[in-house]
Amino acid sequence: MGDAARQAAERVARDSYGRLVAFLAARTRDVAGAEDALAEAFASALKSWPEDGVPDNPDAWLLTVARRRQTDAMRRRQTRTAGEVHIQLMTEELEEASANPDVIPDRRLALMFACAHPDIEAGLRAPLILQTILGLTAIDIAAAFLIPPATMGQRLVRAKARIKDAGIPFAVPEREQLASRLDAVLEAIYAAYSKGWAEIGDVAAERLADEAIWLGRLVVSLLPDEPEAKGMLALMLYAEARRQARRDTDGAYVPLEAQDIELWDEPQIIAAETLLRDANRSGPTGRYQIEAAIQSAHVARRVTGRPNWDAVVALYDVLLGLTRSPVALLNRAAALAETDGPAAALASLDAIADDRRMANYQPYWAARGHLAARAGRKDQAHEALTLAIGLSTDDAVRHYLIGQRAKLQDG
Amino acid sequence: MRYMMIIHHDDEAMAKAPPKELWAEYAAFNEALNKAGAGFSGGLRLSPGKQGTVVRTRSGKTDVLDGPYADTREQLAGYFFIDVDDIEQAVEWANRCPSSKYGAIEIRPIVEQNAR
Repeated sequence: MGDAARQAAERVARDSYGRLVAFLAARTRDVAGAEDALAEAFASALKSWPEDGVPDNPDAWLLTVARRRQTDAMRRRQTRTAGEVHIQLMTEELEEASANPDVIPDRRLALMFACAHPDIEAGLRAPLILQTILGLTAIDIAAAFLIPPATMGQRLVRAKARIKDAGIPFAVPEREQLASRLDAVLEAIYAAYSKGWAEIGDVAAERLADEAIWLGRLVVSLLPDEPEAKGMLALMLYAEARRQARRDTDGAYVPLEAQDIELWDEPQIIAAETLLRDANRSGPTGRYQIEAAIQSAHVARRVTGRPNWDAVVALYDVLLGLTRSPVALLNRAAALAETDGPAAALASLDAIADDRRMANYQPYWAARGHLAARAGRKDQAHEALTLAIGLSTDDAVRHYLIGQRAKLQDG
Repeated sequence: MRYMMIIHHDDEAMAKAPPKELWAEYAAFNEALNKAGAGFSGGLRLSPGKQGTVVRTRSGKTDVLDGPYADTREQLAGYFFIDVDDIEQAVEWANRCPSSKYGAIEIRPIVEQNAR
């Protein structure tokens, strides 16, 4: 019985946590207060559900307890301002919602927009969304983002204080602002996914990738008309579909062109293709759709036996025009090597050779090393691969590159 | 922000590390450090703690103690310097250091003279 109650609480926590926090915080803008109130409600649930049974509507039960705790806390603090009317309003609103839980308004999207507001430090937006919508602890988030947990905890606390003090609105922006503000939300979710994608075999990171996809689905379900949201979800699913193929049985790194197609997750690829087609109905409009289209061209190998490199280069040209990103140029070079040869690809990289950000960027040196090796320029290849090895944080990647460098001497 | 990155080695783990591989990784890591920019400097290796000497001055009396000083399994093995924007990037550099697999890298921000 105790287990059943605990499982029920966990299920509600997963499904409803963000919805309840968003609802409780929407009026007060006090995210930390809403989280505290809800945490207390969950604690009482774990105490009383095993004895009294799980209520018919766990959401309403939790909301009622959290509401009581929240208004008590507000009463204690708000004596100096004329807060009584405000509290009355909140109480009525909450009472109505918990009496009629099917209509608990879903304010998660508004909460996400608040977390990804321009006033919040860019690097904190993803962690903040993960905590407020999913209830992840600072320890979980810190592990995935490679930050000391105490530091992460302090930063999250400060970010929440900022939402409250700066009066960051809990609202989905108006149509004309939506596109640019949505970018920040998508970017935060995609940043979380990228963290979870890069660290293979790390449990915290894999969980992060799952959570990011979950958030991506949530945004798509709440904003079904936004093609970029669908494009980003498609992009994440394409990448996720290849997760198993990125390591061999010994845990060694396998590059895309050498991956075993049999290990790609077909249902995920089909889901991604469907989303992308849907998003592109009136032509691609943003970077996520284009990046997803590039992934789609890569997985075409599944059907045709070879990736469509011409399409990949053309898509990178579009992406480059859109983002002016050195990373886009770098990836374009890898594709260009397949169509125009490694020497042309190396020459295309000269445009970013002086970019300071590339000096520490491991993929830049790895790509330079591979291209130089293919072009037969052994010294250049050796130097670039050495830097790439030194800049690697992942052991499997490091060993792969050491192997590539050793091959230079043999060949 | 400048950080001193202090390398602590776990002697037992170090003894099991494949030496050839480790030094190859270290050569690459130092190369990357040296190319990274002005505020970076490649690692310096310290001789083992048992060759160290500790000096303390207490009430005018100098007390010299020969090694081994550190009884702990983890020994101070070396250090390097980096100059990066934030702690995330410092953690990334710590991860790149081959010693992170055989001990620990302690990240200590350097207090700049003109900061206060």
